[in-house]
Amino acid sequence: MPVPEVADSFTGSVNRVTLGATKDSGGTRTSTVTVGGARNVVYGGSIEDASEKPVIAMDVLDAKPQDWPDTLAEPYKDVLDSPGDWAKKCVAEFGAEVICLKFDGIHPDKADLDAAHAVKVTEEVLKAVGVPLVLWGCGNDEKDNQVMPKVSQIAKGQNCLIGTVKEDNYKALTAIALADGHNLITQAPLDINIAKQVNILASDMGFPLERIVTFQATGALGYGIEYAYSIQERQRLAALGGDKMMAMPAICDVGYESWRVKEAKLADAPGWGDVKNRGPMWEATTAICLLQAGVDIIRMRHPRAVAIVRNFINQIWQ
Amino acid sequence: MPLTGLEIFKLLPKTNCKKCGMPTCLAFAMQLAQKRAKLEDCPDVSEEAKKLLAAAAEPPMRKVVFGTGDNQLPVGQETVCFRHEEKFHNPTVIGVTVSDKLTGGDLKKRIEAINSLQFERVGTQLGVKAIAVMNDSGSVDNFAAAAATVKQSSDLALLLISESSQAIAAAAGKTKESVPLLASAKPDTADEMAKIAKENNCPLVAKAESIEQLSELTEKIKAEGADDIVLCLDVPNLRDRLYNLSQMRALALKKVFRPLGYPTISFVEDGDADQQAAQACGLICKYSSIVVVDTVEPYAFLPMLTTIMNVFSDPQKPVQVEPKVYPIGEPDANSPLMFTTNFSLTYYTVESDVERSRVPSYILVVDTEGTSVLTAYSGDKLNEKTVADAMAKQNVENLVKHRKLIIPGYVAVMSGKLEEATNWEVMVGPRECSMLPKYLHEVWKN
Repeated sequence: MPVPEVADSFTGSVNRVTLGATKDSGGTRTSTVTVGGARNVVYGGSIEDASEKPVIAMDVLDAKPQDWPDTLAEPYKDVLDSPGDWAKKCVAEFGAEVICLKFDGIHPDKADLDAAHAVKVTEEVLKAVGVPLVLWGCGNDEKDNQVMPKVSQIAKGQNCLIGTVKEDNYKALTAIALADGHNLITQAPLDINIAKQVNILASDMGFPLERIVTFQATGALGYGIEYAYSIQERQRLAALGGDKMMAMPAICDVGYESWRVKEAKLADAPGWGDVKNRGPMWEATTAICLLQAGVDIIRMRHPRAVAIVRNFINQIWQ
Repeated sequence: MPLTGLEIFKLLPKTNCKKCGMPTCLAFAMQLAQKRAKLEDCPDVSEEAKKLLAAAAEPPMRKVVFGTGDNQLPVGQETVCFRHEEKFHNPTVIGVTVSDKLTGGDLKKRIEAINSLQFERVGTQLGVKAIAVMNDSGSVDNFAAAAATVKQSSDLALLLISESSQAIAAAAGKTKESVPLLASAKPDTADEMAKIAKENNCPLVAKAESIEQLSELTEKIKAEGADDIVLCLDVPNLRDRLYNLSQMRALALKKVFRPLGYPTISFVEDGDADQQAAQACGLICKYSSIVVVDTVEPYAFLPMLTTIMNVFSDPQKPVQVEPKVYPIGEPDANSPLMFTTNFSLTYYTVESDVERSRVPSYILVVDTEGTSVLTAYSGDKLNEKTVADAMAKQNVENLVKHRKLIIPGYVAVMSGKLEEATNWEVMVGPRECSMLPKYLHEVWKN
C-alpha cells in the first residue's frame, strides 16, 4: 500500500562542534570528536538526518570526592586522589572518548583549593590522556572567575570545551575562552528563554556561535527529567526552525544528577533490587531518556552505566 | 482530521429548509464544525454523508483496551509527537513474558515473580501491568494450559503470543473473559486471526516487516470486522524499530493515515537486564504503547516505570507533593525544622540533600500550588501568612521543643514578618539546597 510522505520542512540544523586539537592544529591531543549536526528530530526523517554520534564525557574530579556512594567510588578506589591516573583509567579501561575535568575541589564550601592547584591538575590530566577535555568550574561565580581563566590559559590551544557561563556571570570566562581558542558552555536553569539570552550575550562579546555548546541543566530520572527532556526537544525544534541562537549542540550532566537520588544510592530498599545494580542502571537510563530528546555530549560517572549507554548509542548510530 | 465548516457544508443537502433550527445549511455546518450542533438535527442528510462525517470525527489514533478490572488497560489515542505540545494520554504498558514451556511449580514461580513487580515511589504506585504468554513450545495444548494458569494466578492483563491461529484460538477460548490482547496476525494469517479476535471480542496485534505491509495488513483485518488493532513492526534491530515508530506516529497524527492510526507494541527479549531496560526506556520515550520484556530483575523495572511516569506527566501541571510535615531519618523534638514548597521538584531536591546530611530533620511542605520557592514568593503564594498557617495546621509546636525555623535562603527577606507572625526564631538557610548538609552540620548544630 502506498504510504504518504512525511516531509518535514526544516530549514535549519544543529551546528557541528569539534573538540580537541591535535599536533597539526597546535595542540597535543591524539584524537578529536565532533558532535552536533542534526537535521531532524531524534529518529525523524531518514538516518542521514541524524546528528553525529553522541559522545560520553567521563567525569574526573580535581579533588577526591567526599560524598560518593560506595557503588560509584568502587571502580575508582585506587585513583580517586590522582586526577591524572583517574583520567588514564577512564580512557584505557572504560574507553572514554572525552574527559570532563570537574573542579569541585575549588568550591569555597568544599575544599576551597586555589588556582595553582587547578592549573596543576589540568596539566596532569592533559599529560595523562590524549582525548579532548571538558573543563567545568565549581558553580561558585566568584571562585570560578578567579580560577577558570588560569585553567583556560594553561590549556591554551587544546581546543577544550570550557564552562560554564551564565546569564549573570559570563564576561570573564567568555573573554578568556575566546583568547585561548576554546569552545564555550552556556548554562541556563531549565529555561529556554534564558538559554537563548546567554547565547546572545556570549555572541555579543564576539564569541562565535558555532563554538558554543548549551547546558540546559539536567534533572535525573524521577527528579524533573521531564523538564530537561522537553527543553531539549524544544531546543532541537528551534534549531531546525532556523533559530541561529539555539542551534548549538547540547551537553547534559547525568553523572552528578543521577547519583544524588535515592533510587541510585539507598541500600535498604526492599523490593527495589540490589543497590549495586540500581545505581548504574539509574545513571544509564537517565542518559538514555535524554538521548531520545536530543543531546550530544553526556557527562557520566559509573563505568557500567557508560557501557550500557555506549551499547545503546552504537545500536542507533551504526 | 476534523473537517472545516465548508467541507461539512458540501456534504449537507443545501436546501436551507431550517428544520435543524438554523437559518441556512451553511450556518448549521459552521455549528457542526465547532461541535455546537449534532448531525442528527438534520433529517435529510444522506447515509453517505453520515459515514464520512463520523469517520472524520474519529481520533487519528484509535484507543484500544485490553484486560479487565484494575488492569483494564487503554493504549493509544495519542494526539501529539512532543510532550510539550500536550500531555501524552495513555501511559506505556509494560508486560513480561511467560514461556509455555514452563509447567507446574516453575510456571507458578515465574508468574509470582512478575506479580510482585510492583513499586511505590514518591507516593505513587507503579508496576508491571501485563503478562505475555509465549507459545515457545509450539504446542496448542501447552499454550492454552499456560494461558489458563496465568489467568488464574494473576490479575495482570494478558497477552497471548503465538504465530499459530489454532494456538491463539485455543488460548483465547480459555481466557476471553479477561479480554487478552491476541498476537499476532501476519499477512498470511490475517483472515483466521481476525476471525478469532472478532469471535472472542479481543483486540489483535498486526505484525509485518515493513510500514507498507503493515498498512495493508491492518486494512485487511479491519475488512474482516476486527477494529481494535495494535501495530507491531517486525524488524530485528533497535535503530530501525525506533525510526519506524517515529515515522508511524507522524503518519498517524500529522497525515491522519488511517491504516496506521493504532497503538504500537514492541518486544525486547534480547540482552541482559541492563540492555533490556535501556532499550525499553528508549521505546517508552519514542512512542511504543506496549513494551514486552523478558527480565524480572526489579532494578531494571524501577527506571522503566519511572520513565513512563515522567514522560506521561502533564507538562502544563507541575507535579505536587502533599503539603504536610515529612520526617527525614528519625527526627526527635530537638531536630531541625525547615520549610519548602510543594512543587515536587523543589521538595525532592531538598529531601535528597537533607538525607545526604544524615541529620534527622523535619521538612514542612507549604502549599504553594506546585510552584518553586522564588516563583511562589513572587506570586505571593509563599509569605508569612501561608507559612504560619501551614505551621499551625501541621501542629509543629508539638513536634519540636525548640522554636527555630530554617527558611530557604532565597526568601531571607521575609524573616522579619515571619518572626512577627509566628514568634519563632527564623534562621536563614542556604540559597542552594546542595549546601544544606554543610549548613545543618555547621550552623544548625552550633
